[in-house]
Amino acid sequence: MPAQTVGANRKSRGQAPLGACTRSSPRKSRGPALRASTRRRPSGAVGRNVPRKEGREKVTGRALYVDDLTFPGMLHGKTIRSTIPRGEITRIRLDFDRDGFTVADYRDVPGRNTIALIELDQPCLAEREIRHFAEPIVLLAHADREKLIAAESRITIDYRSLDPVFDPELSDLCFKEIDITRGDVARGLAEADVVVEGQYRVGLQEQLYIEPNGVIAVPENGGITVYGSLQCPYYVHRALRVLLDLPEDRVRVVQTETGGGFGGKEEYPSMIAGHAAILALKARRPVKLVYDRVEDMVATTKRHPGVIRHSTGVTRDGRLTAIDIDVLFDGGAYMTLSPVVLSRGVIHATGPYRCDNVRIHGRVVRTHTPPNGAFRGFGAPQTQFAAEVQMERIAEALGMDPVRLRETNAFRPGDTTATGQKLGRDCSAIPVLREAVKRSGFRAKRRAWRGSDRGIGLALFFHGSGFTGGGEVKLASKASLELTESGARILVASTEIGQGTRTMHAQIVADALGIPYDDVEVAVADTARVPDSGPTVASRTCMVVGKILQRCAAEIRQKLGKMSPREYLAAHGPLVVTKEYAGPDGLYWDDETYRGDAYGAYGWGCNVVEVERDPVTFEIRPTRVTTVQEIGKAIHPTLASGQIEGGTAQGLGYALLEEVAMRDGRMANAQLTNYLVPTTRDTPDIDVAILESPYEHGPFGAKGVGEMPIDGPAPAVVNAIRSLGLDVRAIPATPERILEATGAKA
Amino acid sequence: MRFTLNGKNRDVRAAPMKRLLDVLREECGLTGTKEGCGEGECGACTVIVDGQPVNSCLVPFAQVRGSAVTTIEGLRDRHPLQEAFVVEGGAQCGICTPGMILAAVALPRGASLDEIRTGLAGNICRCTGYTAIYRAVERATSAKRRRKR
Repeated sequence: MPAQTVGANRKSRGQAPLGACTRSSPRKSRGPALRASTRRRPSGAVGRNVPRKEGREKVTGRALYVDDLTFPGMLHGKTIRSTIPRGEITRIRLDFDRDGFTVADYRDVPGRNTIALIELDQPCLAEREIRHFAEPIVLLAHADREKLIAAESRITIDYRSLDPVFDPELSDLCFKEIDITRGDVARGLAEADVVVEGQYRVGLQEQLYIEPNGVIAVPENGGITVYGSLQCPYYVHRALRVLLDLPEDRVRVVQTETGGGFGGKEEYPSMIAGHAAILALKARRPVKLVYDRVEDMVATTKRHPGVIRHSTGVTRDGRLTAIDIDVLFDGGAYMTLSPVVLSRGVIHATGPYRCDNVRIHGRVVRTHTPPNGAFRGFGAPQTQFAAEVQMERIAEALGMDPVRLRETNAFRPGDTTATGQKLGRDCSAIPVLREAVKRSGFRAKRRAWRGSDRGIGLALFFHGSGFTGGGEVKLASKASLELTESGARILVASTEIGQGTRTMHAQIVADALGIPYDDVEVAVADTARVPDSGPTVASRTCMVVGKILQRCAAEIRQKLGKMSPREYLAAHGPLVVTKEYAGPDGLYWDDETYRGDAYGAYGWGCNVVEVERDPVTFEIRPTRVTTVQEIGKAIHPTLASGQIEGGTAQGLGYALLEEVAMRDGRMANAQLTNYLVPTTRDTPDIDVAILESPYEHGPFGAKGVGEMPIDGPAPAVVNAIRSLGLDVRAIPATPERILEATGAKA
Repeated sequence: MRFTLNGKNRDVRAAPMKRLLDVLREECGLTGTKEGCGEGECGACTVIVDGQPVNSCLVPFAQVRGSAVTTIEGLRDRHPLQEAFVVEGGAQCGICTPGMILAAVALPRGASLDEIRTGLAGNICRCTGYTAIYRAVERATSAKRRRKR
């Protein structure tokens, strides 16, 4: 077992050997004390488990989330929503005493009634047309929450209903269509000894951050300030400028401590911030709008459900000759981020396998359900689920060892992806596969458990770090570093949402500047103070924004020379260095043809999941997960492991438990009582091993880590179920589905 | 109504059917107790009442008359679990953390991993996959043992 500590190759670049840091099952005590003074080794923050910047506040209850804040004269807001999935509003009656109430509808929107994102198709408040259940129509504010609840029941909205479309196959509007072509699929299929076909289905998934969406809007300085639980302050900033018709400097967005996001606070906060701002401007008082759990689940975005079809040509010895994939995602009623979700979905649709003849056709279409949107993984968990279950079925069809089939086809350094990207030296599909198979004892267990109620399955996966294609160039993100008396202050719009942004950025800056970690401060993500570092999404916060910060620090270090920060400030006055994203030379992307370098770098992962079937209840219980992930460099091994463990648990929920029951376009189980997420009792031991194959353009070699962990659990679970002889091709694999598959077998 | 809050006698005026969660956050100004679901499923609002962890969103204020209530603020940043949660990565976004720590405070002494799992089964964490939380609980337990020696 490679157990080399992660700190050992801190300065290595390029062709450094794979380092490995392992995180064993929770029983095992781990490593040296983590509170070792950071001051004694001033240049060694990267690769060490320094204390989390806001850790103390979080464990004492002092950290302030949006619902913990109040402002003088503050009102509470409430959103009145549609109760039909499609139609027109014919009449609205408000039958309550308006005293003390502020009431707003679309006519109170000062600017353009839209949520500015990719397409301006989604109104902030419905005018006449209703396109989904829970579409916002009327806003109320009052100082007394009880009065708001009473008023809600005195509002009647009449509709003329129209027939909704819920089946994406029957949709009449395609938001985005993407084709990726490489080689000649017809020729590849003709060369094949065997062609395996399959259709795979994935369901909706709720992000289920434990803190629901919420904001407070404060009218001030001739404009608006919004405090909120959010991932992307500048997304909200832009949306409010358009909605309220305000100049840049009259809109301020401040992130409050955020209780989880997972994509669910990427685009939705623009909506809730808009509502609170409209009320606050009309009332001329601060307005707090915090959803309860039911409203959050009914109204906000979820992971796109989809149907993915594969047709794969393979030779008898297991070489892929053709991959033909059709991806259909259900976007819901408005576009939101659907085109970009589809983009990441189709690019990852082959899984980490080489093939000369590939055709991928993807569509995301409109239906009359609440819009789907960003969720960790962003299309890739859906398509890689299909790819890896398809791979398993190919192995079954050939009677071939599933590991050997994957070894035969997995990407190696220098191989070319479906979009024509040549993979760099850091490509680690084979190392993660071999390590996961070895660590888990995959082959021996598979043999031993044959014919029993225990199953074991694996999945190999990859995940591109940063925005897709030319996205990072278009974003042109900025980051700033300000010299302070004792060190430096980081100024970025990247948000801490649990993943450890502040800590990890401070480590990078500390080492790049050669100062102790404790001397690096991180400013609040406040658009009045920090530059636009782009959204906190797409596994980009470390690799992309961290790299910009590293460049800022390098320049400050050069300017300082031998002077201390204090001496420099005394001699030269304040110093702030701002840098913009500068991609590695030679990255090329064509958005028209979908050819080129889809991502700067990829992380690589392999999961082995062990399960037990309950022969009476048909429940599938995961008993152990082994996950090996190559992420370039673990800046903070505990935080990186935390991403992997948490993403794995969320992925197990996606695989087995989390079912959004849609009835007539409405989530019927919008409660934690019957939308089940993994508890301690549903989450098995997770054995994490991190491999490091540095990416030369990432800070200290780091690539992305946030999303990849959720790509792998679902296919590994389903492949483990398949090893029990059950033909499951859809998730969540609930007892009902297992029962059905058992019936089909008998 | 009189009750003991974090070791001090308090007399708080609030509607008897108001949720204990709201009384703590609004009347007492202790916002460390969080609301995650409002229906007793997520455990973010866990506080300790007379030694037992309870979901304060399900407890009417009247029910704690004369009782001793401990919130996260009552640990005064001195409990070994708090340090252990920071060091082991048991807190990520932090919203479940106060409730999780209080549920862990109420665990039986020397709890096995299985008992820890059961004791924390009413507290949902969406960030960590619980693994780091178990490490934190075990670290705090062993720290306590070390001190006693």
